Amino acid sequence: MKRIAGMLVVVLALAGILWADSALSITGAGATFPYPMYSKWFDEYHKKNTNIEINYQSIGSGGGIKQVTEGTVDFGASDGPMNDDQLKAFQDKHGFGILHFPTVLGADVPAYNIPGITVELNFTQDAISGIFLGKITKWNDPAIAGPNKGVRLPADDIVVVHRSDGSGTTYIWTDYLSKISDEWKNKVGKGTSVNWPVGLGGKGNEGVAGTIKNTPDSFGYVELIYAIQNKMPYGLVKNSSGAFIKADLASVTAAAAGAAKNMPDDFRVSITDAPGKTAYPISSFTWLLVPAKFSEAAKRDALKGFVKWMLSDGQNYTEALSYAKLPKEVVAKELKALNNVQ
Amino acid sequence: MSARLRWRKFVSGFMLTMTGVCALVSVSVLFFILGYLVYHGGTSISWNFFTKLPTPVGETGGGMANAILGSGKLLLLATLFGVPIGFFGAIYLAEFSGSTTAFIVRYAADLLNGVPSIVIGIFAYALAVLPFKHFSTLAGGFALGLMMIPITLRSTEEFLRGVPNALREAAMALGASKWKTIASVIVPAAYRGILTAIMLAFARVAGETAPLLFTAFGNRFWSSGWNQPSASLPVMIYTYAIAPYEDWHRQAWAAGLVLLGLILVINIVARGILSRGIAVPRA
Amino acid sequence: MATTTTTVPSAGPVVGSRSFLSRLREGDEIARIITFLFAASVVLITVLLVFELWRGSALPRHKFGFNFFRTSVWDPIFDQFGALPFIYGTLVTAAVALILAVPLGIGAAIFLAELAPARVSDTLEFFIDLLAAVPSVIYGLLGVFIIVPLMRSYIQPALKGTLGFLPLFKGPAYGVGFLTAGIVLAIMVIPYIISVSREVLLSVPRDQREAALSLGATRWESTWKVVVPFARGGIFGSIFLALARALGETMAVTMVIGNTPTISASLFSPGYSIAAVIANEFTEATGDLYLQSLIELGLVLFILTFILNGLARLLIVATSQRGGGMGNT
Repeated sequence: MKRIAGMLVVVLALAGILWADSALSITGAGATFPYPMYSKWFDEYHKKNTNIEINYQSIGSGGGIKQVTEGTVDFGASDGPMNDDQLKAFQDKHGFGILHFPTVLGADVPAYNIPGITVELNFTQDAISGIFLGKITKWNDPAIAGPNKGVRLPADDIVVVHRSDGSGTTYIWTDYLSKISDEWKNKVGKGTSVNWPVGLGGKGNEGVAGTIKNTPDSFGYVELIYAIQNKMPYGLVKNSSGAFIKADLASVTAAAAGAAKNMPDDFRVSITDAPGKTAYPISSFTWLLVPAKFSEAAKRDALKGFVKWMLSDGQNYTEALSYAKLPKEVVAKELKALNNVQ
Repeated sequence: MSARLRWRKFVSGFMLTMTGVCALVSVSVLFFILGYLVYHGGTSISWNFFTKLPTPVGETGGGMANAILGSGKLLLLATLFGVPIGFFGAIYLAEFSGSTTAFIVRYAADLLNGVPSIVIGIFAYALAVLPFKHFSTLAGGFALGLMMIPITLRSTEEFLRGVPNALREAAMALGASKWKTIASVIVPAAYRGILTAIMLAFARVAGETAPLLFTAFGNRFWSSGWNQPSASLPVMIYTYAIAPYEDWHRQAWAAGLVLLGLILVINIVARGILSRGIAVPRA
Repeated sequence: MATTTTTVPSAGPVVGSRSFLSRLREGDEIARIITFLFAASVVLITVLLVFELWRGSALPRHKFGFNFFRTSVWDPIFDQFGALPFIYGTLVTAAVALILAVPLGIGAAIFLAELAPARVSDTLEFFIDLLAAVPSVIYGLLGVFIIVPLMRSYIQPALKGTLGFLPLFKGPAYGVGFLTAGIVLAIMVIPYIISVSREVLLSVPRDQREAALSLGATRWESTWKVVVPFARGGIFGSIFLALARALGETMAVTMVIGNTPTISASLFSPGYSIAAVIANEFTEATGDLYLQSLIELGLVLFILTFILNGLARLLIVATSQRGGGMGNT
């Protein structure tokens, strides 16, 4: 008995040490699209404010919306804005609303892994929608080969890779597909997870990038930074003005130009298939989802502090990770909106 | 006749050899697994792995110190929650209960034992995450503890029943009350077996991933206290393995080696040393 | 591997003849009540678990009824949920696993129980027990980095080349898919089949073997025609047990199955299993119907494993009693 009592004392002492709260911990979850950016930000912010730890888990945008609505995380993050039903569900459950704060701009890129091909391929709207609808199944299909003269595309089956989890990256991709293809719009629609006509599922941008990298003849969509970090080739996409555009800081910023001037008050805006000669057509804002009311003032202030920092100094980290900075108009508008978080 | 006999002998020899091959193949899988993990993990393990926090996504370096501590905390909670229920429940079954109650409890425990771990995760999410409004180490420990209950209960009961009745009768004849007999005679007599069973239960939940996905969740930092989400080794292996980063793959292998090493050592200690001299009921 | 605890001859409580009051004074009654509470909590937890699964899946049960199991559209946007692809994937991968694991496992069990000297048998059994302790995420890790590339580059092209005329082996070689998940599962369940079957074979009485041998049977004939049939029930029990485990397996499967709800005759095709879809989508299921559909999948999984585990126990117990009890009695 004495031995057991002794062990219990040790255990409780250990528990006491671990219990001692050293830092204010805030939990967020959601989009994997800006995860490299967010994990960098939260890491840097923690270095500057050692008493604040913001733990961000990249479970997918659908998960971010779901968990912030359930109240199991302090804030969510998504690349597809919450729809009206989801906003209403949040309002009904909590009695107050939830606010969207754009953080950066990013782009979905069509990434592929074709053995022996390292050049950048050109993709038309029809090629992308055809592949994802399962109508184009071989790499040497004329719809793909047409705008890629001089590239010897193999006669192999295309392995389509998409997300298996609810995802804002998917939202952006399907939002784009719905705009360029009526068949897609009617058959599949847009959303954080859809009923895919074809393909393999990977979990998270990480999972899709991993699957593409490991699977010859694959084709899928990932956030730009995942393609760059993993040295995966990705293609140019034909925009609404008929030019093939590569996703980069300039072309993504160009896509946001129109929206920046007419930003709605709730920041929910789609910039896929945006007009403009140099605009990359599969671009998007990505948002933090912050409840309008916090029960703990300390958490509220810490999070507001972070958003302020993110909108000013934080924006300097974006370009190293290939995300485009927010337009100035949007930053100013957000700083005002931050006052609505209580 | 002799041709037929020779044929039968040949079939016999051949089939028996084949069974040997089957056994060899099955056992060699263990060594393949160990070999791969040591090969890939051994080259990836470094001091940083044990002492550093994860770095931001895509940057190399960093370690899993928080996941190692997180797993430790989760397992501590699981043990504190699961073992007492299993242990005292088993005492009731072996020493006090009537046969109907015992049947019901055993049946429930067997049912619980068969529940797929992902379903345990759903249950723990509904019971220990939603009502408290946050993912937490406590919820993860609860989920793992649930899985320890049936294993501890059934094996402890078996070892208690294995104690000869003569010991019980002798103690009671000396005038000891029943609970004194249990505490000072029966449990000590069975204690090595019980400890083995608890260690095996511990080893089994140490590698569980699915119940932690929606309970302990994950954490890029140290998890302070018990109310915060926490990283754990198995979940880290999962998320790092399916990611595209070479450096994360390297760390997943290292974590796999550490986790498997821990589990195998516990198993070997439990089965090889503690149980020496007593009959461990197999399976 | 304390998964198949079998019945123990009851030592029976020693019934005291003292009065309730004296028992209370000596603490017996208190000890009894306290330990009872612990035992009762096990029942309570189990009942609560079933209740939560049942309550949590009310919406889809009412909305879809039996169609939930018959339709194959899983579409969170249009709120249509049909579980058929997941059930199909779960059953197909489990079937592949059993086809591979049963002969290998029973073969190994026969070797361990009938041929190997006791010391060798015990040592090998020790390794098999260790193999059973390897966690599922480790199998997943090895699956992703070793088995999947191996399947894609060698095994699937080879199968396509030789047996490609069968609908089973058609389509592009992705590496991931039903076959790969089945193989990983097979490796995971083999230890269960070996351990339990070995135990059951060992419980077959000596005289059965000796009788057969003395009648002029070869060693294999006595094993295959006498010992194995005698232990048949228990061996089936071990297979059910392995099946239950294969159905509920989550991490390793979700890492190699491809995570796409498809129903395809080809084993090369990527698929999805019940446990995998719960693991992937549970934290993000927005909307009550979506979440509850996942919980209903959990309920299905629970019921399946419950039935299989029950059958397995019955068979193992019945067989070992026929053989006059197992090792520890």
